[in-house]
Order: sequence, then structure tokens, then C-alpha cells
Amino acid sequence: MKDGVNGVALAVFIFFFLAVTVIGFMAARWRKAENEASLDEWGLGGRSFGTWVTWFLLGGDLYTAYTFVAVPAAVYAAGAAGFFAVPYTILVYPLIFTFLPRLWSVSHKHGYVTTSDFVRGRFGSKGLSLAVALTGILATMPYIALQLVGIQAVLDVMGVGGGETTHWFIKDLPLLIAFAVLAAYTYSSGLRAPALIAFVKDGLIYLVIAVAIIYIPIKLGGFDTIFAAAGEKFSAANEAAGKPVAGLAPGASGQWVYATLALGSALALFMYPHSITATLSSRSREVIRRNTTILPLYSLMLGLLALLGFMAIAAGIKVQNGQLAIPQLFENMFPDWFAGVAFAAIGIGALVPAAIMSIAAANLFTRNIYKDFIKPDATPAQETKVSKLVSLLVKVGALAFVLTMDKTVAINFQLLGGIWILQTMPALVGGLFTRWFHRWALIAGWAVGMIYGTAAAYGVASPTQKHFGGSSKEIPGIGEIGYIGLTAFVLNVLVVVVLTFVLNALKAPAGVDETSPSDYTADIGDPGVKAELPPATAGAPGGH
Amino acid sequence: MPEESGAKPPTVTPMRVVIALCLIAPFVAMLWVSSYAKIEPAFIGIPFFYWYQMLWVLVSTALTMIAYKLWQRDQRARKGGASA
Repeated sequence: MKDGVNGVALAVFIFFFLAVTVIGFMAARWRKAENEASLDEWGLGGRSFGTWVTWFLLGGDLYTAYTFVAVPAAVYAAGAAGFFAVPYTILVYPLIFTFLPRLWSVSHKHGYVTTSDFVRGRFGSKGLSLAVALTGILATMPYIALQLVGIQAVLDVMGVGGGETTHWFIKDLPLLIAFAVLAAYTYSSGLRAPALIAFVKDGLIYLVIAVAIIYIPIKLGGFDTIFAAAGEKFSAANEAAGKPVAGLAPGASGQWVYATLALGSALALFMYPHSITATLSSRSREVIRRNTTILPLYSLMLGLLALLGFMAIAAGIKVQNGQLAIPQLFENMFPDWFAGVAFAAIGIGALVPAAIMSIAAANLFTRNIYKDFIKPDATPAQETKVSKLVSLLVKVGALAFVLTMDKTVAINFQLLGGIWILQTMPALVGGLFTRWFHRWALIAGWAVGMIYGTAAAYGVASPTQKHFGGSSKEIPGIGEIGYIGLTAFVLNVLVVVVLTFVLNALKAPAGVDETSPSDYTADIGDPGVKAELPPATAGAPGGH
Repeated sequence: MPEESGAKPPTVTPMRVVIALCLIAPFVAMLWVSSYAKIEPAFIGIPFFYWYQMLWVLVSTALTMIAYKLWQRDQRARKGGASA
């Protein structure tokens, strides 16, 4: 790492950061609606976004700063194994195509703001809804914290992070400022702020990737040289370890891990509250389906980005902390001013998802904990007020998490979060297609998946950690190594199916389903589906 | 949507089978890792493993687009049938 502060890069970075701040505050006035005080307005942008805004919002949401830093970092460290992010994002879109339009329709019809709202309405079970809400909040918090890790990596490379000896307050001051500003405009503008900023973020990211993927290989002597260098590094690493730990293509033992990670991550992605928030903010069913045909552009970008990991190897970048590999590559390869643009892209790439995630977590708390359990007669205005405050709390919590605990703690929790959130799938996606599952069976299956997943992840050791050293473990009964989240999910589904048979045979009360089959295919223009919804509570029947 | 169950067209039609195939194909291709876990043939120096999967981004996009168009046609036909 170079010593001192990279002044030019820092100036460019600050310029973009200020521009984005102005946009964030102005966003409150963008497409302003009359019923400002409702959660639909603040938390879902009035459910008014068209194809392109949704595209930017979802892209800005799913492809986070952490993705940009972590995916190439994984490729830098292990080669092929890190590339699973590409098949993972390929598999996401057929899944979205199949189930999200149904969720959109039923949510629009009944005024659902969160996935837990839907689960409560479908299964008539506050307990199940609470389980889904808590899982969502738990899984989102470390994800927000990791966005900070992304910003920190950039600040470190620019030389602003300070050395080991710097006082912690000075060292973390830039991060504190960035987060205070983010919190302020999320509070005032709601989902509209990240939606507008996502345009800037993605514009910058695409620019940086396009330049990087052409400019860096030319400077390094072409892809042949790059992969030759990577191959040498990996075979040296394998020899040193005495077993295959890295490679240009996954060996026989790595293929199960690769496939299960891709599938498990794809299934988990749209269980995250922030993906659902971005989806529900779209104007119509068609917007979602149309988006599945243009969102893969991001997958292509992610693939190119992953290749940067190999370029970092070929460029001779040696970092202790793999997270710094890509920022360092930009710093070494690009002229200072363009490195500044690249850093701004990563930094802003952290702000957009952090904003959406905090809104999503706040919505979950407000709708499914505050309103269901604390204050059932809350007005839409009160709901919005609580949500805004909670979005602040969530961010402060994430900040405290990153500043007080070791960075690996955030990464461990994020890993667990992926495993956990997958366990809400039977209730959510199952519920979208069938009412056969019994609500108590779903709770039991969820609990089994959560416990197995957590225990299994706890037992994974790595060279540097005794627990939570990775997300893969031997699959019981198959003997291959696979993604823990997917194994837990299969167990979860087994429990749900078996218990449903038992509970149905015992005629256990199934709960009231407030939805009807036609709700799942309703679209704008159908009776009962309005373009602009009345305040959130008016849509939800008072049957609970 | 008022739908009489008697006038409903069959749930499984050839068009819907094609839609399902379009959506399932990426899963088969991507989860069958041993079919593409190799270095050769390389493309402009990029090992097969990497360019093949990136190519599948484009293939799966095309397949989703076909599924989307067919689905629209399916829905239009059904709505037209219901109102007639």
C-alpha cells in the first residue's frame, strides 16, 4: 500500500459523494404523492416505479459494494470457487419470473408491505409472521454492516483510514460522516433516495468495469498472461497446502460445493427483505417480469468483475486482507483521477443497498412487531414515524457492530444470515402457490432449519478461525461437501411436509386465509387493484 | 377476475411446457458443473470454465425473454377467451 493520502482520488471521491448527497435530499420531492405520511410512500416509494427505475433499484440493491469487493477477492484467493456468483445470479432470474409476480399481486391487493405481512394474511399466524420478520431483520443487519466494510476498504486504500496507531475516532471519522449523511437522507426521503442515487451508482460502476476490463488486460499483456500467472500462483498454493485449495477450474471435490452454493444463494436472494422491498415498489406485475429479461446485464458485469481477481494476481498485488485486492488494483493501474471514480463507484455502491436494507428492516419491525404486538391500532402516520426512527436505529446498530467488533464477526454473521433467510422460503414461496402446508409445520420446519444451519456453520473450522470458518460442510447421507444453507433448507422442507400430513390428519386448526386464488394473478386495471393504494391500513382487513 | 371453472382452458398446454423448459434449462446447465469444469478450449486466453458461464448469462437471458413473450401471449389468449 502506498503511504499517505491519494489527494486527486480523494477529491474525485468527495465530489461524487457530495453530488449523491444533494440527490438524496432532493429525492423527497421526486414523484411526490398526496398521502406522504403512509408507509407505502416512505417505505415503497408509493409503489410507483416503472421498468427502468426498478431495474436500477434492484441492481443497486443486489449488487452491493460488498459484492464488488468480495467476489473478486474470493477469485483472487481461490480462483474458480469464487466464480459461483455468476451461476448464482443466472439462476435467480427464472426464480423471480416464477414467483415474484404472484407476491406483487397479492401484496398489492391486500396492502402488504413486507413478506411477513403476506405470511400472516395467508396462514393467519402471527407467530409464523414474527419468525419470518425476525429472520429478516437478523439477516439484514450484518449485511448492512458489511457495506461499511466495503467503504472502509476504499478509504484504507486511499490512505484516509489511518494507520494502526491512529486514534480510533480520527480513523473512523470518514465512515461516521458517510453514515450520518446516509441516515439523514434515508430518513427524509425514504425509498426514493436510493432509487435516484442508484442511477449514479450503476452509471459509475458500468463505466469503471468497461474501462477496467479493456484497459487492465492491455496493460498486463492479455488474458493469456493473466491466467498463466494465476495458474502458477494456485499450483504453488496447492503444493504448499498439500491439497487442492485453489485452481482455474473446480476439481471433482469442489463441484458439489459450487453447485449447491449457486443454487442455495439463488434461492436465498429473494427472501431478503431488501429485495422484496425493491420488488414491491414497482408499478405493475409486468414491470417485474420485464425486469427479469434485463437484469442479467448485471450478471454479465459481475462475471467481468470476478475476472478482476485474476488481474490482481497478474498485476502482482499482494495484500494480507483479500478485501483490499481490487481497490489496490485500481489504485495501481488507473491514473489517480480515474481511481477516484472507481472508489466513488464502490463507496456509493455501499450507500444504496445500505439505505434500502435499513428501510426494509424498519418496515418489518413496524408492520410485524410494532403493529402486530405492541400497538395494533397504529395509524399510517404513526407507522411511518416508527419506521423512520427504526431505520436510523438499524444503521447505528450496524455501525456499532463494525466499529466495536472484529470485521470477521460481520462476515460470519452475513454467512449465517444467508443460511437463516433461506429457511423462510417454505412459508413464503410455498404460501404463494399452495395453502396445503400447515402453519405449525412451517414454524417447526423453520426452527429445525435455523438450528441445524447455525450448529453446522459453528462447527466449520478454517485455517484462521475455529468456528464459522466457511459455509460448506459434508451433506449427511450423501457424503459430498455442500452448502449448509441448502442442506438446512432440505431438512426444513422435509419437516414441513411430514408435520403437515400429521397435523392435517389430526385436524389441527389451519388458521384463516384472507387471500383468494384470483389475488395472486391480479394486475393493475383489475377490479380492486388501484394504481396508487390508499394508506396501508385501509388495504389490510381487520381480521386479526 | 371472475373466472368460471367450466370455461377454463386446460392448465397444461404445449406453450406452457415450452415456457417451463425455458425456465428450467439454466438450472440443468449451471448445476451440472462437471460439464464445464475444464480449462480448454480457451477463448482469447479466458479458460472455458469462465467464458462458458458468461455465455450462459446471455443464453438464459434469451430463454427468459422467450418465456416472457410466450407468457404474455398465453395470458392475452386466456383473457380474450374469458371476455368473449
